[in-house]
Amino acid sequence: MDYYQILMNSNKSAHNLIKMQEIATGIRRRVLAHTLSNNGGYMSQACSSAELLAAMYGGILNLAPVPSPIDPPSFIGVPLVGKAIKRDYLTGAQFHGAKGPEFDRFIVSPAHYALVVYAALIETNRLREDGLEHFNKDGSTVEMIGAEHSPGFETTTGSLSQAISQAGGIALARKLRKESGKTWVFMSDGEFQEGQTWEALQAAAFHKLDKLRVIVDVNQAQCDGPMDSVMSIEPLVARVKAFGWSASVVDGHELSAITDACALDTGHPHIVLCYTDPVRGLPLLNERRPVLHYLRFKSKDEHAKYELAYKEMVK
Amino acid sequence: MSYEIVARPHEQNFIDWSKDKPEVVVLTADLTNSCEVGRWRDTYPDRYFSMGMAEQNMMGMAAGLAREGFEPWLHTFAVFLYRRPLDQLQMSVAYPSLKVRLMGFLPGIMTPGGVTHQAIEDIAVLRSVPNMTIFEVGDATEAESILDVAHEVDGPVYIRALRGEVSRIFPKSEPFKFNTARILSTGSDITLITSGIITEEALRAIPLLQEKGIGINHLHISTLKPFTDPLVLKAIEGAKHGVITMENHSIVGGLGSMVAELMADNGIGLKLKRIGLQDTYAHGASQKYLMSEYGLDAKALVETVATLLGKDLGISETDLQEVRTVSVHSSAKAEAL
Repeated sequence: MDYYQILMNSNKSAHNLIKMQEIATGIRRRVLAHTLSNNGGYMSQACSSAELLAAMYGGILNLAPVPSPIDPPSFIGVPLVGKAIKRDYLTGAQFHGAKGPEFDRFIVSPAHYALVVYAALIETNRLREDGLEHFNKDGSTVEMIGAEHSPGFETTTGSLSQAISQAGGIALARKLRKESGKTWVFMSDGEFQEGQTWEALQAAAFHKLDKLRVIVDVNQAQCDGPMDSVMSIEPLVARVKAFGWSASVVDGHELSAITDACALDTGHPHIVLCYTDPVRGLPLLNERRPVLHYLRFKSKDEHAKYELAYKEMVK
Repeated sequence: MSYEIVARPHEQNFIDWSKDKPEVVVLTADLTNSCEVGRWRDTYPDRYFSMGMAEQNMMGMAAGLAREGFEPWLHTFAVFLYRRPLDQLQMSVAYPSLKVRLMGFLPGIMTPGGVTHQAIEDIAVLRSVPNMTIFEVGDATEAESILDVAHEVDGPVYIRALRGEVSRIFPKSEPFKFNTARILSTGSDITLITSGIITEEALRAIPLLQEKGIGINHLHISTLKPFTDPLVLKAIEGAKHGVITMENHSIVGGLGSMVAELMADNGIGLKLKRIGLQDTYAHGASQKYLMSEYGLDAKALVETVATLLGKDLGISETDLQEVRTVSVHSSAKAEAL
């Protein structure tokens, strides 16, 4: 049996899917708890991407284990030219375990999903549970918009659409070294408005980066509101296929669909478009439509309503 | 005054230099032959990556390769390395301080390609980017020896590179030295600080100035960032009548500004005259024409010296023409983009 079959079989096992569902539930719960205690948070991103990140960290990614959940280090300074702290300095990649030719890499592109990524790392025993207490605190690496020192971040990607090019370079380097591991990029759909994304897609196809994978939270929402009111990117799957990629379109809350699509090995760079619901698991968010980008409570009453929703969630 | 002309100093030199450096890879954006790496591609096809006309992605791919231990040398025209992909250069390459080498050809007004092709503010922009190291080569010897110097830098490097027919001003035995000014003449009246191709232009006027009894302390700068060589400050301090900078760049943010900052930081109360593009774009024409039109030539230097000294020097255009044997190489102008 080859690796992919093993992966598919193991992912398809009911046990794995149940575990992933628990992770997804934990992500939503943690992000809501944090949003309540901080009077703000990227809540809709947790609702849309909980299953996607649960599937990735819960089994799709072949990452080296970390011996025990890591205590996030304090910020020790920016990388400096010619200084030893530079590349060996504690990067967020340590939360993905030791690098190795057979292991996958996971590059998070939408850095404002940081809170959701941190929650996923806690749920999968890679980040200490109390790590979130450092969130957005001065001198901490657990930043609101993650950068490469932040847990789970291997590169600096907050200027959107840069991750796919960076990952393309990593995938190209790994191809030159004939490594078996895949290089994954987690993207948000808004990034397909950026020209660089399309440059990167055409280059990955041209250079046959067949171990490059992109998984997208297509939640159809962005900062200004619904994407079709800001700048439409549809038909997305036809567009990416036209750029030489193979593509899967799945329900981004259907764990077995996500794991099946991610196990495909088409001989091309492959993209998995996860169509998601930005209020999934927290219908109360519907009251915030059309703008869902960031949840900050407007009143004590609203806060109380979300407190109630949280109590429902943990019941 | 006549210098040896070296045809394509980068082309074979870069091939030879790369031979025992398997980590060196080349990325281009549809200007491969124009940047003298066509034969490099044919020699090392497995290390050459065509990125097409897509500089933003090229910058990010270079970052990824560098993170994995490769040393990408990007070859394209200078303008296309910092204008369009500046955010990518900053966030993907400069912030993590990755070993990416940016070979920027046709700096300043060296191209008839006009405003779109003329990198007139690259130094100003890139010197404000943390972690960047910036070099500018001024002759064939520097074009050849810059490779070792750039290779040693543990961070991103931008090089104002030369191609085509290039004069050899400095002997091969005196290679490019990191953060070290070259002292080309000494004198106590005026300190003249030049960089890049402008140094050769300035060298045309200096013998004439010296014949008039004017002492010129002439420094050639090839490391623009860092700009901490103590020789520069020492030379400025010794100038009796003032300081002149001369560069193939806007006077805003480049060598002239760097010297101004150095003087102010050290409380040196001397006049500073900055020769360069006077906060203006240029347009498409020959290098010789543009240097004259925008006041970047030997004549402009003579006039500036006269202004600082407050007297007519009696040096005519004919005098300058007589020393002009190799100022602008005809074949360089004819070269295709």
